[in-house]
Amino acid sequence: MPTHLDISKVSIEFPTAKGSFKALDSVSLKIEKGEFVSLIGHSGCGKSTVLNIVAGLYDATEGGILLDGKEVKGPGPERAVVFQNHSLLPWLTSYQNVELAVKQVFKKTKSKKEMHDWIMHNLELVHMTHAADKRPDEISGGMKQRVGIARALAMEPSVLLMDEPFGALDALTRAHLQDSLMEIQKDLNNTVIMITHDVDEAVLLSDRIVMMTNGPEATIGEILSVDLERPRDRLALANDPKYVDYRAQVLTFLYEKQRKVEPIVAVKEAKPTENNKVANA
Amino acid sequence: MNIPSLSIASLKEKVENFSVKSLLLPLFGILAFVLLWQVGASRVHTSLGEFPGPVVVYEQWNSLVAEHTNERIKEDKFYERQEKRIAARQAKDPSYVGKLRDYTGKPTFFDQIFTSLYTVLAGFGLASLIAIPLGILIGLNSSVYSALNPVIQVFKPVSPLAWLPLVTMVVSASYVSDDPMFSKSFLTSMFTVTLCCMWPTLINTAVGVAAVEKDLLNVSKVLRLGWVTHVMKIVIPSAIPLMFTGLRLSLGIAWMVLIAAEMLAQNPGLGKFVWDEFQNGSSNSLGRIMVAVLMIGFIGFLLDRAMLMIQRYVSWDKTQVLR
Repeated sequence: MPTHLDISKVSIEFPTAKGSFKALDSVSLKIEKGEFVSLIGHSGCGKSTVLNIVAGLYDATEGGILLDGKEVKGPGPERAVVFQNHSLLPWLTSYQNVELAVKQVFKKTKSKKEMHDWIMHNLELVHMTHAADKRPDEISGGMKQRVGIARALAMEPSVLLMDEPFGALDALTRAHLQDSLMEIQKDLNNTVIMITHDVDEAVLLSDRIVMMTNGPEATIGEILSVDLERPRDRLALANDPKYVDYRAQVLTFLYEKQRKVEPIVAVKEAKPTENNKVANA
Repeated sequence: MNIPSLSIASLKEKVENFSVKSLLLPLFGILAFVLLWQVGASRVHTSLGEFPGPVVVYEQWNSLVAEHTNERIKEDKFYERQEKRIAARQAKDPSYVGKLRDYTGKPTFFDQIFTSLYTVLAGFGLASLIAIPLGILIGLNSSVYSALNPVIQVFKPVSPLAWLPLVTMVVSASYVSDDPMFSKSFLTSMFTVTLCCMWPTLINTAVGVAAVEKDLLNVSKVLRLGWVTHVMKIVIPSAIPLMFTGLRLSLGIAWMVLIAAEMLAQNPGLGKFVWDEFQNGSSNSLGRIMVAVLMIGFIGFLLDRAMLMIQRYVSWDKTQVLR
């Protein structure tokens, strides 16, 4: 049986004005079904790029992604993404945002009634049924992120990709959502790849933590298996020697082995060329 | 009644703030303008007498209203006479089928306003029907944009006066019908308005469509939305604010262009009214032209407000400050 998700020797180069820029060099990672994997590293190390390649939003220059033995080409709902800044459509209510995804994925397989129940079920999972008819500008940042997660879960993805899902939230809301995520994960047993730069979040949520070296030509530095009993309780873990040790290992990697010396002139992360056309009015 | 004094005080303050800002200050501005106008006007002498001040303009307004009422009475009487005549003929000869002839009196000031209004709305409507879909296409596809941009940039600054002769000739050559649904002058004015006013809507729609947030585009890609759903659910809603900016600019231009076109082409409407009064050259003419000027401004203002109301209604972002 092939690996569930196989990231195989992925490299990517972006064309820039000064020639091509190699952001990732030969990233390889095998992920089992139901595994929760965190990608951690300093900003600009290419964590998001890895996620975007798995999502199909970027094309790898070399190597490729296999999902259940099939090569990944282009984005699709079986690899749902929870974006860092929720990315809900501001003109649709929470319900309609989830509905857009559900209609797209289950148009042919579910009846209207079933789709409605499925939307409500997913809003229920993230405890957002009370705000089903509210638009994003009427709910808080944490609630928006919840709806974003509901939208992703509603696609019934094989792999759930989360790009710093709680990065923009305050500490309390973040802790709350992490707990919710663990709860959902317990029930659904999704395969998750999450990007984070929060060490506690990584240790608390993950089965494995993938630590990335600094770019350019970033790659996987170390992989740490987190062997802690689930369900995990953040308070109990705070003094758990194993937890403290895992945490120390990640911190050591980030702040000793891969200490980031910020260059004086910040090197901007190169993006694929977009046509930024501005028609002058 | 025992209302807590505090709430009365705060309410009073609110009412005062509201009325000072929204009523008193504008009123003051208008008053100052009217005063300056009165003083300034009496110092400007022309061959047709003094420049019309507010008082003269008010008198002319009244006389225009009176003319309109008289004209309507005449018209009613005209039709009444016809009907009586036909009825009398039919009484003698039951097989007689009478034909009602249209009243051919001179259009009044208010008839001209009405003509101008529906011409501008027709021209603007046609322009929007062309510009919005085309703008969406241009915004979505950079190749279409590159192909059409030079053409747009060249035609955008063309004055209505340059278009008018061409449009007139084309309309008279190609719109030949014994029983025309529209008059040629209406079509000429309308097409001129369309040609001149479509550009802001076209360009702003294109810019709005091209500027959809990248994250939302990614959402669309991950969901594999079809082209139609993508445009309807993601592109158009996010382009709506800029689209309306364009529509409001277009409507403003449409109104200005129309008056100029009517004046030059002698097509019915407010522009013709102004020109006729100018040619007439009576002592009342300047006052009447000034009435028309104010009316043109006021209608332009109302048109813009109407667009704003539609924007408020259509826009999903009710918190957006629109002015």
